[in-house]
Amino acid sequence: MKRGRASNGAAVNSELIRRPIRNSFWLFLLPTLAAFMIGFVYPFVKGFYLSFCKFTTTSDATFTGISNYISAFKDATFVHAFWYTGLYAAVSLLLINLLAFIIAYLLTQGIKGSNIFRTVFFMPNLIGGIVLGYIWSMIFDGILSQYNTSILMETKYGFWGLIILMCWQQVGYMMIIYIAGLQSIPEDMMEAAKIDGASRWHTLIHVTIPNLMPSITICMFLTLTNGFKLFDQNLALTGGQPYIWQDDGTVVKTTEMLALNIFNTFYGESSGARGVAQAKAVLFFILVAAISVAQLKGTKSKEVQQ
Amino acid sequence: MNKRKSLSGERRAKTALVGVLSVISVIYILPMLIVLMNSFKANTFVKTRTFALPDAETSVGFANYIKGMTFGNYPFMKSVLFSLVITLLSTALILICTSMAAWFIARVDSTICRACYYLFVFSMVVPFQMVMFTLAKTADSLHLNTPWTIPIVYLGFGAGLAVFMFTGFIKGIPLEIEEAAAIDGCGPIRTYFRVVFPMLRPTMISVGILEIMWIWNDYLLPYLSLDRTKYMTIPIHIQYLQGSYGSIDLGAIMALITMSIIPVIVFYLTCQKHIIKGVAAGAVKG
Repeated sequence: MKRGRASNGAAVNSELIRRPIRNSFWLFLLPTLAAFMIGFVYPFVKGFYLSFCKFTTTSDATFTGISNYISAFKDATFVHAFWYTGLYAAVSLLLINLLAFIIAYLLTQGIKGSNIFRTVFFMPNLIGGIVLGYIWSMIFDGILSQYNTSILMETKYGFWGLIILMCWQQVGYMMIIYIAGLQSIPEDMMEAAKIDGASRWHTLIHVTIPNLMPSITICMFLTLTNGFKLFDQNLALTGGQPYIWQDDGTVVKTTEMLALNIFNTFYGESSGARGVAQAKAVLFFILVAAISVAQLKGTKSKEVQQ
Repeated sequence: MNKRKSLSGERRAKTALVGVLSVISVIYILPMLIVLMNSFKANTFVKTRTFALPDAETSVGFANYIKGMTFGNYPFMKSVLFSLVITLLSTALILICTSMAAWFIARVDSTICRACYYLFVFSMVVPFQMVMFTLAKTADSLHLNTPWTIPIVYLGFGAGLAVFMFTGFIKGIPLEIEEAAAIDGCGPIRTYFRVVFPMLRPTMISVGILEIMWIWNDYLLPYLSLDRTKYMTIPIHIQYLQGSYGSIDLGAIMALITMSIIPVIVFYLTCQKHIIKGVAAGAVKG
């Protein structure tokens, strides 16, 4: 529908409009394009190149081939961060979507004050990750200090603490998308199910959820990419603590996720590892981009089905 | 009889539902109330009596707020001001520049335009860590490291989503209006600002909300790009205080957090309809 309109518009697009606009290229496109070159294209290309170099600043790079990538794969902290991030992303994906769907479902049952509830559940989204991290580290330490421990003492505290924090923040966001999806289900479809004598449960399984698949796909991938890209909350809540010292001298920060691991490799004690950090960043980019491409494919095939 | 019974049963179920949701709502607001409560307590009691209301023994009144203002030899209000400057300037710049670029891309529609468009879309899937080191160096060498110039960095890195959303909307606008303007003798500048720009209002609001929420809360980009000895934003300021001292005054930190949350909540409550709509639009398109 939308695409049809767009291509139709392009076909009608007359020279009358096109030529004068093209002549004012410098005013319309150039500012954004120039900033885009500075803020994205150049750093991206240069970053990609630097992942094959040894360097401490951008000007002293010497080409070393794929050795940075080999070092990255051998780096125990990176491998640990990868599995830890994957585990976190999977658990948060399930919990956030489940809770968000339940709340969205309850809020669309025609109850009083559903707008107020919606407002409240969305509110934590506006608070930034750093501030969120410190709010929750205070709360968790308030609880754990009564047992003479702290969130920085055990990996499992840090893990579940981050899950609770992210649920608190993101359930409201996903709820908004689920509510929009639920409200777009045709009324007569629900009516028909009711007349046919379908129970509430059967309607949910056989009518509501199949019709909600586009929203479910969006939310799934959104929570997944958010989970993999998480940085601020991770830094502020535990900053990677507790640490484990290994026999070979490396320190594994047990609650450190991928983005924080890359940051720490760049700006940590040894500036000699920056090439490795950039290689990790490229691998990280490929991972996140692959998830996004899978999402695009997923939503496209769902749309065809309907 | 039976029907009336089931009706009243349904009403009872709905009342119960409202009750359950009210309880969840209170739990949802609780963390913010705990922050508020602790912002009035002396440092030692924040850890030991986190969940008690401030009383005569634990309370220090507004002392935490006064202390927090000048913590770490950097006035907090300066950070608030820089956060405000950066967020407003960047959002304004992004809205004006990317909507113009999107109009150009949608209307000229040449091969180069399409290539640019796909490059913008591509930038949306690139995580910040991929470019952060080289971007920070580039920003530094081009003197884009002040609150007045960093909006250019935000325009560059944030252009993807904005161009994507504006282009999608502009392609749905019927061309006849602009053709009529052109026949009446409007040049592209007049056509854009007098005819197209007003029609973009709903998308402007959606994109604007998304950019404000991102830039106001952003930590890493300004942390790496800004000249930190001179300029801080609220997230940088709070991270700096927490990270650089071992035994920081937690009560004063809570006072700062309270002060940084209150404007956000006021902003949210005054334009929550637009915010929720903008978020839904951005999510569905992104």
